[in-house]
Amino acid sequence: MKGLHNLEKLLNELSVPGRKGYSLPPNDVGNNKLSSLIPEKYLSKEKPALPEVSEPEIARHFINMSVTNHHIDKGFYPLGSCTMKYNPKINEATSRLPGFSGIHPHQHESTVQSALQLMYELEKSLCGFTGMDSFTLQPAAGSQGELTGIMIMRKFHSENGNPRKKVLIPDSAHGTNPASVVISGYESVPVKSNDKGLVDVNDLSSKLDEEVAGMMITNPNTLGLFEEEISTIAKKIHDVGALLYLDGANFNALISLMKPANMGFDITHLNLHKTFSTPHGGGGPGSGPVGVISKLAKYLPIPKVQKVGERYTLSSDFPDSIGRIHGFYGNYGILVRAYTYIKLLGSDGFRSASKNAIINANYLKKLVNERYDIPYGQNCMHEFVVSAESQKKRGAKAGDIVKRLLDFGVHAPTVYFPLIVKEAMMIEPTESESKDSLENFSAILEKIDDEISENPALLTDAPFNTPVRRLDEAKAVRELRLTWDKVGK
Amino acid sequence: MNLPADLKYTKEHEWIKLEGNIATIGVTEFAQSELGDIAWLEMPTVGDETRIGETFGTIEAVKTVEDLYAPLSGKISEINPGLLDSPEFVNDDPYGKGWIVKIEFSDETEIAKLLSADDYAGLIE
Repeated sequence: MKGLHNLEKLLNELSVPGRKGYSLPPNDVGNNKLSSLIPEKYLSKEKPALPEVSEPEIARHFINMSVTNHHIDKGFYPLGSCTMKYNPKINEATSRLPGFSGIHPHQHESTVQSALQLMYELEKSLCGFTGMDSFTLQPAAGSQGELTGIMIMRKFHSENGNPRKKVLIPDSAHGTNPASVVISGYESVPVKSNDKGLVDVNDLSSKLDEEVAGMMITNPNTLGLFEEEISTIAKKIHDVGALLYLDGANFNALISLMKPANMGFDITHLNLHKTFSTPHGGGGPGSGPVGVISKLAKYLPIPKVQKVGERYTLSSDFPDSIGRIHGFYGNYGILVRAYTYIKLLGSDGFRSASKNAIINANYLKKLVNERYDIPYGQNCMHEFVVSAESQKKRGAKAGDIVKRLLDFGVHAPTVYFPLIVKEAMMIEPTESESKDSLENFSAILEKIDDEISENPALLTDAPFNTPVRRLDEAKAVRELRLTWDKVGK
Repeated sequence: MNLPADLKYTKEHEWIKLEGNIATIGVTEFAQSELGDIAWLEMPTVGDETRIGETFGTIEAVKTVEDLYAPLSGKISEINPGLLDSPEFVNDDPYGKGWIVKIEFSDETEIAKLLSADDYAGLIE
């Protein structure tokens, strides 16, 4: 397979017995038998197959891995809904300050006052942006934030005598929404979208009753469209005693322009790794703080940072709390990065970031629309969804187009989502990109469209210039294998 | 698009083969081509009750997951054991080795609600 020789070997494959990249100080604690420290039944009979490599080898290994990867510092990354905006390098500098990076969660709180102060102030900032009354910083991802939010919803209804049975979710929602609902013991009830791609209020009304615990809405939604009837929706939800949840995945389009609490939302999660420029891609570490209005504040996870006089302290004295949802206090280093970004931009800076995200998306949409259909074509917010139906008729599906994009050094957009658009490609340029960068991307899409007319086989065989060619995605799902076995062992 | 005339269809892109009081269910060639490579199926258990229009399982492709809807009320009399190891049968042979379940149906009047091959062809044009 072409290009395969460029692939970096696994550390286990690089391993040579006896080679090492560390030196230990002399033993000053004596020799203890392992079984005197850990019960015999928990001890492995075999030594672990740890790789043995030298320091230069391990340095080269990770450098080679990083240059094989695509990342936002290397090129355009229009992965819709994921907000792959540029992450300022100052975030890395502050989060590495020893007062943040060298502390331990078991330290006495008197020795980590500044670290606690940062959490306290970050919570207050997030309250300011959202209009919520109180926040938890614990959830380690947007999806965990959702689960936390729905658990709070359930606790609220349970304390009022009936946990209720159903949560409404638009058919354009992220797949994590119904998952959070089901894990929390609710039934997920889909609400249709109307011909404008927005929540169909009539369909919503027909599904409302006293067993509805709440509704989860992403605003702007996954088509990048603002839910214009959000106030009407909020009133209908509240009229049956239910709660309105904002999936804050797309909050980067609204921040400093609009507050979720003013739109009628009762609970929201924010993705620090999207809106607040902390790194992601490859699975994290994420951070999905959850904010709630005042009547729900007592249900937030513990412990919470409290300010008593001039001192900061961690308190678990909240008897109505849903409990802990993360070890210690969340992904702390990520909180430092988000805090830095907030201090860097200020609310004026966020306002222009939101506006630029919206302007960039609309400009790019106009360019791309020359060749590609956009089923819900009204002005968008921070992202838009293309349909490659006409390209499919000429022989290349959305999945082929995005594989071809990799050959041009562009990360593939999100494909086949949202489900209400056929052959969907969801494109989010973010505010980080320049006009040139957007025009370059559009020109590549145009070229690919020409290639489809001239030689669709080029598309179905793509990519050609990547470290590995097209992977067998079905095999990866059907025959999941996550462990390394020495070949020929 | 291959749509055998002796089968019945639903707007949820399933086909139904009627033999006595047993209905064999699968997804259409159109459905498998839209879904792409099938990775996994969540099947009901033999003996489970089905109700017309309600889900009885899910079909997971690489790019999406869809519910499977019961075209008829009754109970599951058989599932296709081959799909547990070889879900690709749904892609390779949707009307043959890719059959999913058999339902022993309980209400013959529901058959009138199923679509003919021509009706279904009109739906996916």
